[in-house]
Amino acid sequence: MSLLILKNIFRIYQIGDIEVRALNGVDVDVERNEYVSIMGPSGSGKSTLMNIIGCLDTPTKGGYELDGMVIHQEVKDGTGIASDDQLAVIRNQKIGFIFQTFNLLPRMTALHNVELPLIYGGVPRAERLERAQAALEQVQLADRMHHKPNELSGGQRQRVAVARALVNNPSIILADEPTGNLDSKTSHDIMDLIDNLHKEGNTIILVTHEHDIAERANRVIHMLDGKIHEDNKKK
Amino acid sequence: MDFKEIYLSARSSIRQNRLRSFLTLLGVVIGIFSIIGVMTAINVLQQTVEDNMGGLGAGTFQVQKYPNMNMGNTRWRYHNRKNLDYRDFKRLQERLVIVDYATAEDWNYGKILRYKDKETKPNIVVAGITHNWEFTNNLKIDMGRMITQLDEKNGSHVIVLGYDVLDVLFPNRNPIGEAIKIDGVKYRVIGVSERKGQQFGQSQDNRSYIPLTTYFKYYGQASFTSLNYCFTVVDQDQFEEGMQEVINELRIIRGDKFGEENSFETWTNASLIDNFNKMTAAIKIAAGIIASIALLASGIGIMNIMLVTVSERTREIGVRKSLGAKRRDILYQFMLEALILTEMGGVIGIAIGVLAGNIVALLLKISVVFPWDWAIIGIVVCSAIALIFGSYPAYKAASLDPIEALRYE
Repeated sequence: MSLLILKNIFRIYQIGDIEVRALNGVDVDVERNEYVSIMGPSGSGKSTLMNIIGCLDTPTKGGYELDGMVIHQEVKDGTGIASDDQLAVIRNQKIGFIFQTFNLLPRMTALHNVELPLIYGGVPRAERLERAQAALEQVQLADRMHHKPNELSGGQRQRVAVARALVNNPSIILADEPTGNLDSKTSHDIMDLIDNLHKEGNTIILVTHEHDIAERANRVIHMLDGKIHEDNKKK
Repeated sequence: MDFKEIYLSARSSIRQNRLRSFLTLLGVVIGIFSIIGVMTAINVLQQTVEDNMGGLGAGTFQVQKYPNMNMGNTRWRYHNRKNLDYRDFKRLQERLVIVDYATAEDWNYGKILRYKDKETKPNIVVAGITHNWEFTNNLKIDMGRMITQLDEKNGSHVIVLGYDVLDVLFPNRNPIGEAIKIDGVKYRVIGVSERKGQQFGQSQDNRSYIPLTTYFKYYGQASFTSLNYCFTVVDQDQFEEGMQEVINELRIIRGDKFGEENSFETWTNASLIDNFNKMTAAIKIAAGIIASIALLASGIGIMNIMLVTVSERTREIGVRKSLGAKRRDILYQFMLEALILTEMGGVIGIAIGVLAGNIVALLLKISVVFPWDWAIIGIVVCSAIALIFGSYPAYKAASLDPIEALRYE
């Protein structure tokens, strides 16, 4: 059974009289423990697709199932869409985000940043601390736990963000240009880390415009004009 | 999300912007300070007025020519009234049935008392009193005895001293039986009244008491000055009847015509406190208005600063939402931040207000008060401000679209 099923997804923006079709009928299935990269020129709809998969955005039309849960149902009158708070819970429990700009909270220590998803998930303090520490150890940052983001290098910041994405044992890890703000050496370190997460059994969806990074995945989806242009699975 | 986390996050963001937070809560401080300061000062005065009445027991009331507390310059209205004199007092005393103790008194200020080569400062108050005065005025005797009916009848030259006199004229020795002089007239010391300490920064021990009849010989005839009459009804249930009895009898003695108002004033502790409260009510209302305006302004300041905070932290809100924060989590976070900010201002305002209000107490050397009721009202008002003015910014934060918020630069 597929982990993620997108069925006939449309995302249409109305800007004045002009109708912009960011997604124009997308169908994707992703299996558990797949490693998918999404490529495409800017404006092709790859970010919109990521936002819908990440439950940050809701489709104008179409159906979305994640981990056996119906998140959006394809119905004509547009009902069957999850509420903001329901989406928040799904984001909290099923999805781990890794952003291009890290998006760590600057006033908090690395440890506290990693704890955040657990705080919103209502995990008790002692367990929270233990799991956050374990996640930081997994990204080899145990010694930087009590540093704030501005005391860390770019690569270290992104590793904190990876730990934060992992800490809730999500169904999918979504990485949106995770190496976009890093030099090539650090990019390789981070990608090795993400490769490892895949080997450990995680499902990963990666948006990138760099071919060598996309090639690390075992499936590459090319998007163009709001549609899937190519979908290549490696053996 | 537990409140400790929200609290820590709110506190760290307030600390991040120390100056801005301080300026914002200054408004709250001023508002709360003005109300607490005035209320504390009034409470101090009230406490003192009540303490000061300690002399007049619960079952006691006074009769005077002039009202005790006078709003406006209306003294002339009472000036033409006939003085309350000793002859009327004696006639009244004979007629009273319900009233247990009736006394009359007059005061003469700035006297010097001499014993051999020693003399006091010219600040001694000499009171001419009738017997039983210790009952109507709650006066306690430390040594010797009080003025008796016989002293009053004979116009004896006897005196009861306060401790201020004793400390100067008879340090560390028993004065009973010694002869002292006031204005060249000799008096025999028969008693010493209990030490009372200070009130309104004034010594209460500078009084000395002589029989009223003796007093008249040297300090004016009964017709020149108007006396204070003082009455005590021991049985509380009879107090109203006792007061009515005095009023009725005194009207007859003084020839007040039917339908005219009394040609004298009566007052009790309760009526005095009542008058005081009427006077302070106006001050309280003024303080309330000033504080309301200051608090309204500070509420707007808080709303403004919270809106700035929300827009500065749009991205943070986006990140929190992407990690699973619900609307409620964001709402609570910003509400609590507004609440902490205003409560900090409130607590500082209460502290400064109580200190400032008690400066009155320190100046008058009377006991310090802490107005618990107003402090609690202050905290409640601060919470209300935080809720009213913090809710819109917090609502705005909670309603942000996560994608827009994450893209915000």
